[in-house]
Amino acid sequence: MKTRWMGEDEMLSMLEEAIALSSADQTEIGLSVGSWALTRFANSYIHQNMASQSIQAHVRAVFGKKVATAYSTINNREGLKELVRRAVELAKHQDDNPDFVSLPEPSLPAARPEEATGYSEETAACSAEERASIVQAIIKENDRVSASAAGSLGTWAFERATANSLGIRSYYRSTLAKVTTVSTGPDGGFGYALATSVSIEDIDPTAVGREASETARASANPIEISPGEYECVLSPYAASEVIESFVHTGFWARAFQEGRSFVCGKLGEQVVGPNVTIWDDALDPRTLVTPYDAEGVPKQRVNLLEKGIATGLLYDSYAAHREGKKSTGHAGGFNPIMMPGDATVEQMIQSTERGLFVTRFHYTNVAHLMTATITGMTRDGTFLIENGRIAKPVKNLRFTQSLLEALSNVDMIGKDLKLVDSTLAPALKIKKWRFVSATEF
Amino acid sequence: MQRWKFCVHTQESIPKLNHLDRGEDTLKEGFDQKKFCEAVLEAARSAGASYADVRIVKHESQGIALRTGKVEGLGHSLDLGFGVRVIADGAWGFAASPTLTIEEGKLVAEEAVRIAKASATSKRRDVHLSPIEPVEGSFANEWKIDPFEVPIEQKIDLLKEADRLLRQNERVRVTDCSMHFWKNHQVFASTDGAYVEQEKLESGAGIAATAIDGGEVQRRSYPALGGDYAAAGYEFVESLKLIEHAEEVAREAVQLLESPPCPSGEFTLILEGSMLALQVHESCGHPIELDRVFGMESSFAGTSFLTTEKLNTFRYGSELVNTTADATIPGALGSFFYDDEGVPAQCIDIVKEGMFCGYLSSRETAAELGILSGGSMRADGWDRIPLIRMTNINLMPGDWTLDELIADTQDGIYAATVKSWSIDDKRLNFHFGTEAAWEIKDGALGRMFRNAMYNDLTPRFWNSCDGICGEDEWHVWGVPNCGKGEPMQIAHVGHGVAPARFRDVRMEGAK
Repeated sequence: MKTRWMGEDEMLSMLEEAIALSSADQTEIGLSVGSWALTRFANSYIHQNMASQSIQAHVRAVFGKKVATAYSTINNREGLKELVRRAVELAKHQDDNPDFVSLPEPSLPAARPEEATGYSEETAACSAEERASIVQAIIKENDRVSASAAGSLGTWAFERATANSLGIRSYYRSTLAKVTTVSTGPDGGFGYALATSVSIEDIDPTAVGREASETARASANPIEISPGEYECVLSPYAASEVIESFVHTGFWARAFQEGRSFVCGKLGEQVVGPNVTIWDDALDPRTLVTPYDAEGVPKQRVNLLEKGIATGLLYDSYAAHREGKKSTGHAGGFNPIMMPGDATVEQMIQSTERGLFVTRFHYTNVAHLMTATITGMTRDGTFLIENGRIAKPVKNLRFTQSLLEALSNVDMIGKDLKLVDSTLAPALKIKKWRFVSATEF
Repeated sequence: MQRWKFCVHTQESIPKLNHLDRGEDTLKEGFDQKKFCEAVLEAARSAGASYADVRIVKHESQGIALRTGKVEGLGHSLDLGFGVRVIADGAWGFAASPTLTIEEGKLVAEEAVRIAKASATSKRRDVHLSPIEPVEGSFANEWKIDPFEVPIEQKIDLLKEADRLLRQNERVRVTDCSMHFWKNHQVFASTDGAYVEQEKLESGAGIAATAIDGGEVQRRSYPALGGDYAAAGYEFVESLKLIEHAEEVAREAVQLLESPPCPSGEFTLILEGSMLALQVHESCGHPIELDRVFGMESSFAGTSFLTTEKLNTFRYGSELVNTTADATIPGALGSFFYDDEGVPAQCIDIVKEGMFCGYLSSRETAAELGILSGGSMRADGWDRIPLIRMTNINLMPGDWTLDELIADTQDGIYAATVKSWSIDDKRLNFHFGTEAAWEIKDGALGRMFRNAMYNDLTPRFWNSCDGICGEDEWHVWGVPNCGKGEPMQIAHVGHGVAPARFRDVRMEGAK
């Protein structure tokens, strides 16, 4: 479905016209226009295939300390003006929020690397026929080893503009192409692969299909092993969940302010091992480049953890104003990056006498906030390592593990980073990982 | 049990979509939704579709969220658009747009056919649909007070009073009090001849206190984590009596700070209703979705252990365990009139006296199994395809009371309210955390435990069930956040349960 671009001038002029009509003390409008398409496949055929246009707007109206937001699909300038009227009416009936100070003021964007465009014409123009052809390449790789392929190929192309009555004017175009594959082998083996990029041209469907199907072939006929503490090599897929969960449970300013974060009282202190450094940077060209957050504030790099010491937090304008600070541009998502090490996955395996290799985690959830304890399952390829070699595939296991402990026990860090959703993660070797029960496959 | 009462409106008594519109000029005066649907379906046919359906969906919602005494969230959302689903060359295609004009409708229908033809390049066989009797009619659920008409100040005042009572204890550092309301109005038309217009109004609310002290964080929620919801008006929010329960919620949150962690080991476990609702959701509801069973979700949340050879042969639970999928319960969040394929809402047996005997199905998956569709296809808005979704998945009542179950338990644990959840990708190995638990000793409730978690395998757990409370303690919990599919779709579902007892369950408590 071809994206109907409005363009920066048209979008910002729409926003300015609507803001001028607002009777609120402060007004913020965000407008997102674009299209997306998703081709899903299972049992080695396309079973769901969809595309949609999208025009979404939000208006945040402020009277003193009264704040309200209205959202809507809109089609033209009149629709946007009506949305402003609705937000204004809503805010008038709102209660004061003493902690609200102001919408964000304009600020200078951080320097962005030239190659960090965040946009690809090829992704925006990708057709249903091209998507089908990419999927067929993945299926072909699976057919080669008699595996069944399931997964999805999605493309998103959007332009987003945000303006507020204090002078913020932001606009950017972005694209995303993402393919995932789960392969099921004939003898109970499973495998997984994922590729994410701004450009569909960066995605090699044959490589994705081969990675997933080869893991499925290798994990056939898994054996049962006893739960317990194991040395663990986590692939970047599994490691990305560790990094994302760790940042999410600890480093949001709101949670910190409310005393719900393990960083509380420990900013500037060692919280995990000295070999762990994590920062957030939405402008890194290796991630999905997002120059502005949902409030139109330029994204800033934030050093969250330097050599194991907690050093920074992620702020939107509300949390920032509560401390008299400026937003770091984190209204909405985050882009964690872990400092790579110098090891290969092969070296991690070779250095393990007895342990487990985990391809991927499934359904992880926080079990205890202040110790950053998460629980979840292994999935799509779990292997026993013996004497420095992958010995056998094993049935999936449940783990319950404190991430503070896990990241205090990092033995080796991979030298390559993989983009998994919005996290850039290396493989990790962790000295102790606690598995608590097993499942039947 | 009383069934969902159908309110059949005449075409004259149902407001046209344009009359419900509050501003979008795409629904111009005189917009004829029937003519629009006919034009879209004809365009799909002309482009080569052997089957097509179109849904026009208008979705309105309002949310109010107080956090620690401050109204941090007051939002209103209005969403309008249409989606066209087709079969062409024996494969599926879907396209959608928010621009509600006949010209756009035809373009979107042609795009859907083009997508279907691209799907067909990898097909293994043609899609077949189980037959239905096409229906024409208009339907709406019953409610007393339109929550969108209740003054915002009145709603905020109720939440503020609950919040004030929650924060009387200074160790309660964070509170959450919220209400949500949804109004869904949709038209479904298909080339089979169906034309169904439905309206559904939903309401709900909840409160929670988080006590924080000395590095320990403990939360108690009422009536359930995130609240309770129903296909009803503001009268449902009033019936929850949030203010009356606030002090007890705060007291228990603080009490948890001083409570010892739940001991580890195997215990007799009695689950409170909202906790059992999650148990039913994850270990009964998701594994019976026939698309999941057929592998259609395998790359995302996974498949199911309830494969088709187990139908009518597999002992899922003890003889006490009877479960249903019932989309016809009056006022329940997972009830409706027709699904998004025009199939009527139904009540289906899922487990009878412990034996697994039914699935949630669609027209396509039912045809594959040689049965008629159970009417479970629902989409989260105009730009999403319908998927098999839970309706109200219920554990049918037994004949105990909670007091009797506790009195009959020598040594066990009573656990309440969801805190965390995780289950494997075949829905076998689960791990659930609860907000609060109490020791049961010699038939009486004793001291409170914090951080109680339990972990088991689905069939073992349900086969250990040896007591279910009766109809008086049976309640349909409304769950408005069931996620499934790609792009993620959120469904509103329900779970009718009464507290129940399970033997030899492995438990642990984080320090």
